[in-house]
Amino acid sequence: MFLGIVTLLGLSIVALAVALGIVLWRDAGEAISRFGLFRFLAGTSWNPVSGEFGAWPFLLGTLLTSVGALALSFFPALGLAILSAEYAPRWLAAIIDYIVDLLAAVPSVVIGLWGILVLAPHVRDHVYMPVWNWAAVNAPAQLGWLGNPTGYGLVTATVVLALMIVPYTTALARDAIRLVPSEQREAAWGLGATRWEVLRLAVLPYARGGISAGAVLSFGRALGETMAVAMLIGNSHRLPLTLFGPATTMPSVIVNEVREAVESLHLSSLMAVGFWLFLISLAVNLAAAWVQRRMLVGSAGA
Amino acid sequence: MTDLPAQERIRLETRKLSVDYGNNRGVRDVSLEFKDRRVTALIGPSGCGKTTFLRALNRMHDLNRNARVTGSAHLDGADIYAPGVDPVLIRRRIGMVFQKPTPFPTMSIFDNVVAGLKLVGIRDRSRLDEVAERSLRQAALWDEVSDRLGSPAARLSGGQQQRLSIARALAVEPDVLLMDEPTSSLDPQSTKRIEDLLQVLKNDVTIIIVTHNMQQAARISDVTAFFLNGDVIEAGSTDLMFTNPQDSRTEEYVTGRFG
Amino acid sequence: MNLARRYIRDRIVLAGIVLASLVVLVPLLIVIWYVISQGVSALNVDFFTRDLGSPTRAQLGQPTGLAQAILGTVFIDVTALLLALPVGIGAGIMMAEYREHPLNGLVRTLNDTMNGMPAILKGMLIFAIVVKPSGTFSGFAGALALFVVMLPIIARATEGALTMVPWSIREAGLALGLPRWRVILATVIPVARPGLVTGALIAFARAAGEAAPLLLTSLGNNFLPRNPWNPLEYLTRAADTLPQRIYSLAVSPYRDWHAMGWAAGIVLIGLVIVVFFIGRLLTRRRE
Repeated sequence: MFLGIVTLLGLSIVALAVALGIVLWRDAGEAISRFGLFRFLAGTSWNPVSGEFGAWPFLLGTLLTSVGALALSFFPALGLAILSAEYAPRWLAAIIDYIVDLLAAVPSVVIGLWGILVLAPHVRDHVYMPVWNWAAVNAPAQLGWLGNPTGYGLVTATVVLALMIVPYTTALARDAIRLVPSEQREAAWGLGATRWEVLRLAVLPYARGGISAGAVLSFGRALGETMAVAMLIGNSHRLPLTLFGPATTMPSVIVNEVREAVESLHLSSLMAVGFWLFLISLAVNLAAAWVQRRMLVGSAGA
Repeated sequence: MTDLPAQERIRLETRKLSVDYGNNRGVRDVSLEFKDRRVTALIGPSGCGKTTFLRALNRMHDLNRNARVTGSAHLDGADIYAPGVDPVLIRRRIGMVFQKPTPFPTMSIFDNVVAGLKLVGIRDRSRLDEVAERSLRQAALWDEVSDRLGSPAARLSGGQQQRLSIARALAVEPDVLLMDEPTSSLDPQSTKRIEDLLQVLKNDVTIIIVTHNMQQAARISDVTAFFLNGDVIEAGSTDLMFTNPQDSRTEEYVTGRFG
Repeated sequence: MNLARRYIRDRIVLAGIVLASLVVLVPLLIVIWYVISQGVSALNVDFFTRDLGSPTRAQLGQPTGLAQAILGTVFIDVTALLLALPVGIGAGIMMAEYREHPLNGLVRTLNDTMNGMPAILKGMLIFAIVVKPSGTFSGFAGALALFVVMLPIIARATEGALTMVPWSIREAGLALGLPRWRVILATVIPVARPGLVTGALIAFARAAGEAAPLLLTSLGNNFLPRNPWNPLEYLTRAADTLPQRIYSLAVSPYRDWHAMGWAAGIVLIGLVIVVFFIGRLLTRRRE
């Protein structure tokens, strides 16, 4: 009886996961039957007025921001992990860990608030506009790909996103580094290695499973990050082919347009975007688990 | 084992070396000599300080914030604890093999052996190959792995991994090799192989080996030092110590009455 | 000997690591500094007691606040927690205590998957099965969306806490002849209780900060309901919550609303941080 209850409750999770996929698929039905699942993803124009819906600009925006964010955040995040796990005395490591957890705890929408009201105007005035003005005079041919320097666009969103996903890499990397057996370090010290060489030789390779899993996890978070990105990315339906100019991601188009979507094809297309986001997140999640298993260094061996 | 001949060169010598952990004394005022081309065994019951003493010889206690080393240890006459002496340099001249075999598991056999060389910047492939072969032969491992130097070190057996660790330590051509119970986690065959190679190896390297196995000490060492509660009770020719110990505590230990 | 060069490289690496860390830590402190300094002036009594109303109210200088968002957050989030706790703890028990069950692996895998799913998709699920068919945005739909967010977190925390309870406790209970379910409820759960509480707090803090699922389900409301202390008023129609309201205020063109956005940021960060760190403290004390 008890077993029955808890099993039911456990299965509710299964039910929710399955329902998520099924409901998104079902509600995306109109768009999928109209455009085809893959052609929908490849379609480059999204026009609620004309009824033409293609998600490619959003997929591109999502991939560019997420890959960019991972690239920007990986070394700082790893640096924080190494600092906390290897170099810092215990009291300092505790403070660093607290601050990293604090970063993870700040709601995305608050970071977005700061981004809209402080960061974007600031980078527009002190970074984008000067570069744009310089280019307008000295290299006008470059203006095309530089784009419109409003402050809200791919670069701003990517930088903020990078900041937000740091804690995920740091936490897993830090734990993995702490788990490296002391004999491995001692073996490196015994060979006459310096501090950094011990890290390079014995610690980081041993911890690579956790470090990689952290990176994949961060990437997964970046893909689904909605609020701060939606507030900073400019939200244009055009392909994100410029550096400073506006773009859109899959989560941001959903949050911007679902409430307004009156027409059923429009809504169905948004659901289709959601379905694709679901598939991609699923794949990345599974990849994270696989990466960690594959790269785990243990007695069973690399 | 032979008697100690006169006029042998002293490679490593400690003078009143002590190690404290906070308020606990690890070892107290140890003054020992380690002569060239000899195997010296450090024996004693658990907790007697033999490993603590061993680790002081290559300044491994530098890594421990709570440990304090006093006294001196002279390698070819120069105190390794003198101010300004770089422990990293010392550890190249005094190598160490640990109780658990510790190959770097993400690297191949070859990369493991030459790891120490690459640290110093030696990149020349032919030189690395040469040293790898020499070290693996010295560690009695070459015949078993020469055809698969590129395969992962993690796939070797325990005994092979330990010989790999020995080869890795030997590759940088240390003057002294410290060994902390190197065979205690191995099976009897592997143990014998390592004991055999030590007999040949001692002609190239001065060896100091900590062992809790008295029979091993009797088999392989020329000189033995007996530790108890942080002090050296007796030290001298292995033959004499086991057949005619001077101190009653030594006699009790080597006859197995305690420990 | 290039030892000197190796030491220089050591120094450079350390400097790089410290620099990289500052690149992360300093912006965070800047964000928090801005939120506090910009928002503190708007944190007055009106903020907590009045509702927002239309933009003109703020522009005309009339008293305005975010009481509807604060109350909405409390009622909706607590409702979600009340729904998520039994289901999450039950699922966690199933995952931890009934390992032999053929579906155990499936539940765990899908729980991890749901934990990694973006919150907006969870909002879309509730939008599709509750909001659209019923034609109304409601606080209850918002609570359901947050329930989906909290559930996998609580389930995983419960499973973790139960797994940490030593086997000997179960053995003792079983040896006394107690049926398995009694052993779990009477001996294992009490020992794991701090971990369960921590899990609930962390799930609450996470969900309290989510805006995207709420934008699709509870939508938002500028006004306090007729009876501001009745939860049903929030659950049965479109309701305001702090995270969703911060978004709306931030993207609006009104400077006064921006000021209130900062203030709401203080309240939200404060709420999340307090809850999160109480949870941390409990874990710390247990160790």
